[in-house]
Amino acid sequence: MKYLPLIWAGLWRKRVRTVLTLLCVVVAFALFGLLHGFTAAIDGIVEQMSDTRLRTMSRVNITQPLPLAHRARMQTVPGVDEVSYYNFFAGYYQDRSNSVQVGAIDVASFNVVYPDIQMEPKYVDAMLHTRNGALVGEDLAAEQGWKIGDRIPLGSAVWTRKDGAEAWDFEIVGSYRSPSGKVPTSELWINYDYFDEARAAANGTVTLYFLKIHDSSRSAEIAEQVDALFANSTSETQTQSEKDWLRAQIAQIGDIGFFVNAIIAAVMFALLFVTGNTMVQSVRERIPELAVLKTYGFGNTAVMGLVLAESVVLCSVAAALGIGIAAVLTPPIFREIGAGGLNLPLPVVIMGFALAVAFAVASAALPALRAQRLSIVDALAGR
Amino acid sequence: MTALVSIKQVVKGYTRGKQRVEVLHSIDLTVERGEFLALMGPSGSGKTTLLNLIGGLDRPDRGEITVAGERLDRLSSGQLAKWRARNVGFIFQFYNLLPVLTAERNVEVPLLLTKLSSAERKRNVAAALELVGLADRAKHKPGELSGGQQQRVAIARALVADPTLLVCDEPTGDLDRETSESILKLLELLNEHQKKTIVMVTHDPRAAHYASRRLYVDKGSLGAAPLGVAA
Repeated sequence: MKYLPLIWAGLWRKRVRTVLTLLCVVVAFALFGLLHGFTAAIDGIVEQMSDTRLRTMSRVNITQPLPLAHRARMQTVPGVDEVSYYNFFAGYYQDRSNSVQVGAIDVASFNVVYPDIQMEPKYVDAMLHTRNGALVGEDLAAEQGWKIGDRIPLGSAVWTRKDGAEAWDFEIVGSYRSPSGKVPTSELWINYDYFDEARAAANGTVTLYFLKIHDSSRSAEIAEQVDALFANSTSETQTQSEKDWLRAQIAQIGDIGFFVNAIIAAVMFALLFVTGNTMVQSVRERIPELAVLKTYGFGNTAVMGLVLAESVVLCSVAAALGIGIAAVLTPPIFREIGAGGLNLPLPVVIMGFALAVAFAVASAALPALRAQRLSIVDALAGR
Repeated sequence: MTALVSIKQVVKGYTRGKQRVEVLHSIDLTVERGEFLALMGPSGSGKTTLLNLIGGLDRPDRGEITVAGERLDRLSSGQLAKWRARNVGFIFQFYNLLPVLTAERNVEVPLLLTKLSSAERKRNVAAALELVGLADRAKHKPGELSGGQQQRVAIARALVADPTLLVCDEPTGDLDRETSESILKLLELLNEHQKKTIVMVTHDPRAAHYASRRLYVDKGSLGAAPLGVAA
């Protein structure tokens, strides 16, 4: 600690240069925190997904409907506790550009399959007794300014009514929330029965099934059994746990971890030259001062240590600021991508500081070596 | 008096480009404890090289150097650094203060290598600054001080660890006459009252006059100061 004033003063010898270097490192470590936070958030989302809930869609693709009759056969598979279903609605409110994600569900079974969604019993009851009732997610309600009791006309780009009308009238009878943040609350849920009776086409079909099982270790086996039920039929299915499904979706984007690491490596490599240059200049300007320290008994290693310490202090302060910025920015970003409740993970913070120290040592290695080898006599003589 | 510095048959040379230049030829010198010695001579005569050897900043090519009972020619660079920290205070022509540190922080530098507590270091720094008459300038940075004040801070830094030997390289070379005299009087005071042994390199016969003995270095050899050089 007693050397800190010496280190700190050396660091601020050229204020503008130090501040600019500091800002470069701050930006790099903010980027590091955000990108690694992003990958951690994705991992977090995957981990949050249930592996006691299976998801069944058409083997062809998600736009192909599945018969509602599949439900009864799925319920016969041992280990399946409940089967619920969901149909995309593709709605908009007032203006086609104001799209609203709407799902037609069977609220009773949906409530069983999704225990992590909080719906007050009175809302479930109201939904069961109001054919055109709708439950609004709290995020969507906040976004659209809707409240319970509102009647909302929705248009649909996909579904027209049997009478040819595009407009669908719904009455908001309740809301739902996700205390764990695991389920997005940005949808409007309507009664499947009402929707199916009224729609002009594809009656008696659904987009997705959700199966509740109680033994996560049997999820793959149960999924196989479900798919086997409909093998070689006109509506073959593909069943996965939610966790596996999301993992597969993310894998389609590419190896995100590799991209993130490549970007960070490129940024850090470029930054190495910036901080390296700062340290080289700083040492070059202070050759006589370093020689004086040696004159007064600072050994070669001590002088080298001072130069390295300056770099470590600079990079650590910058890393703390950068990672701090990332820590502040990540929770709202995580919420946006559906990972609400997650913060910048501690391992990312620790890795950031370890990287900062390694980075500091690497960028100051050459000037520190020069300081270590400095000849007092030559330095004082200006040679 | 006993010898603090004993130099026997010391030879020192440097390689400049492809040439080897011998700067000091078989020097013999003894400096008694408590002595104030002035080394004079023209530029390039080897006086600063001799001073560097006495202060343990450099090592001879041949010969023996014993200072404060230690054979400096046998010490490694790490051992020399530790020895310097314990035994020598340095005063330079251009002060060589660290511009980013206040006067008191500059004076504290040699004490950072000791095991003194922060409070003890502060006490010693205050005493050293008091001794050179700059207690009221403790919080000032070198850029806020005059040349004479900066040299006083440098003297305080040289004294703060209570070394046996003060090595001064042209301590008044960058100062006006009046300030030079006050600095030299301070050195004289330190020699007479604090019993510090001082070896000073100077071009200035007036400065050399403050020393108790004057030697003349010319072309790498040592002799008595010629008449008229240090009256």
